[in-house]
Amino acid sequence: MSILSVKNLSKSFGKLEVLNDISFNVEKGEVISIIGPSGSGKSTLLRCINQFEKIDSGECEICGITMTKNDENGKAVYADNKTLHDIRLKIGLVFQNFNLFPHMSVLKNITEAPVHVLKQDKAQAEKTAMELLGKMGLADKANEYPCNLSGGQQQRVSIARALALSPELLFFDEPTSALDPELTGEILKVIKSLAEEKMTMVIVTHEMQFASEISDRVIFMDGGYVIENGTPDDVFNNSQNERTRQFLERYHS
Amino acid sequence: MTGEQIMKVTGILLENLIPTLKIFGFTLLFSIPLGLVVAALKMCRFKPISWLTNLYILIMRGTPLMLQIIVVYYALPFLKTATKGTGGFMENLLSGVDPAAESFMFTMVIIAFVLNYAAYFAEIFRGGIESIPKGQYEAAAALGMTKAQTFFRIILPQVIKRIVPASSNEVITLVKDTSLANVVAYSEIMLAAKQQMMNYSSLVPLFIAGVFYFVMATVLTALFGFIEKKLNYYR
Repeated sequence: MSILSVKNLSKSFGKLEVLNDISFNVEKGEVISIIGPSGSGKSTLLRCINQFEKIDSGECEICGITMTKNDENGKAVYADNKTLHDIRLKIGLVFQNFNLFPHMSVLKNITEAPVHVLKQDKAQAEKTAMELLGKMGLADKANEYPCNLSGGQQQRVSIARALALSPELLFFDEPTSALDPELTGEILKVIKSLAEEKMTMVIVTHEMQFASEISDRVIFMDGGYVIENGTPDDVFNNSQNERTRQFLERYHS
Repeated sequence: MTGEQIMKVTGILLENLIPTLKIFGFTLLFSIPLGLVVAALKMCRFKPISWLTNLYILIMRGTPLMLQIIVVYYALPFLKTATKGTGGFMENLLSGVDPAAESFMFTMVIIAFVLNYAAYFAEIFRGGIESIPKGQYEAAAALGMTKAQTFFRIILPQVIKRIVPASSNEVITLVKDTSLANVVAYSEIMLAAKQQMMNYSSLVPLFIAGVFYFVMATVLTALFGFIEKKLNYYR
């Protein structure tokens, strides 16, 4: 069973078609990178799967639960709110700008959802949070506020926050784009270690080198279409597609 | 004025401090929650509600508070006169209205103050709420938080920190605005000071009243400074 299955997903903002007939699957334990130029629709795709944008048509299934189905007119129909909420908890999301809660300590940022959404015991949630912080190398920062952390540290906290809900699938929306170049390494290291633990991940990224090293598959998007979906070797070294090659050339030069 | 007279006047003004503080306290008590409601209505996506709310804010901020107090205070007595002898429902309803009664005066003064200050607070709240980045809502949603949880646990605490400086302005203005209640002869510091001024043919009572307001405003300034400091644990 696929963790995520997207079939014929389309989305437009008014007349502008941002996603056209997108289909792909993510299997358990897979790491998938989505690459492509700005405006290619990769962030919108991620936002659609995370219910921040409504799709026009297409079928979306997460961990076997149907999020959207097409009606007889080919329009997407969403599941009921309870189901959508359950789906949400299956997916962890790491934002480009971290979006930590500035008024809460690092520890509270991580325990907030387990305690108030999953109704976990507070002591248990804190224990889990401390383990996650330890894994992120931030155990000593538990009582700091986000404003006292570097960008890289904030992003690691936000990864821990997403992991605290034990998601089946972790999404990264350009996780290193807001960071100074010397800080991206620490985030990529964390993602790598998650990949070694067989965490299922979808990463929207501009880090080509990283994408080719870590991914089981790479999806190249352009103009709202999936142009390519293959192994890193297929996409980066042996692409037959003109647009893919042009895009990658610009990156290498 | 002699020292004894000054002590006496100060005593009288001190007695009138209580009604002043009552206006101040009750206005804050009701106008802050009402302001939150008005802010929510103004941000309502159903346009007619948003427009109506906007009109209310425009009127409240666009006309003098003193005028509003007078209008609110005289509305019911005028209505009582107008419906006299009709024997209708309105006449019965208004039969209990006694413009000279302390409780009626106080109620009308509070209504006028609350309506006026709610409009100002609403704009402060709206500004605060709208200044919170969209990412905060999205992060909360991605973590499965409900709308209510998101607002009360994530958004509101951040809004409060951001609106403290603007609110302190409003609250300090309110302390001084309580003096406007004297236009409907509600007995508070300002009215008492004016009476004592006539009584002694001296400006000293007004000066003493000024000290009262000044002390209250200073205490509030210190209090808000303290709150701001307390909330400074994050940026």
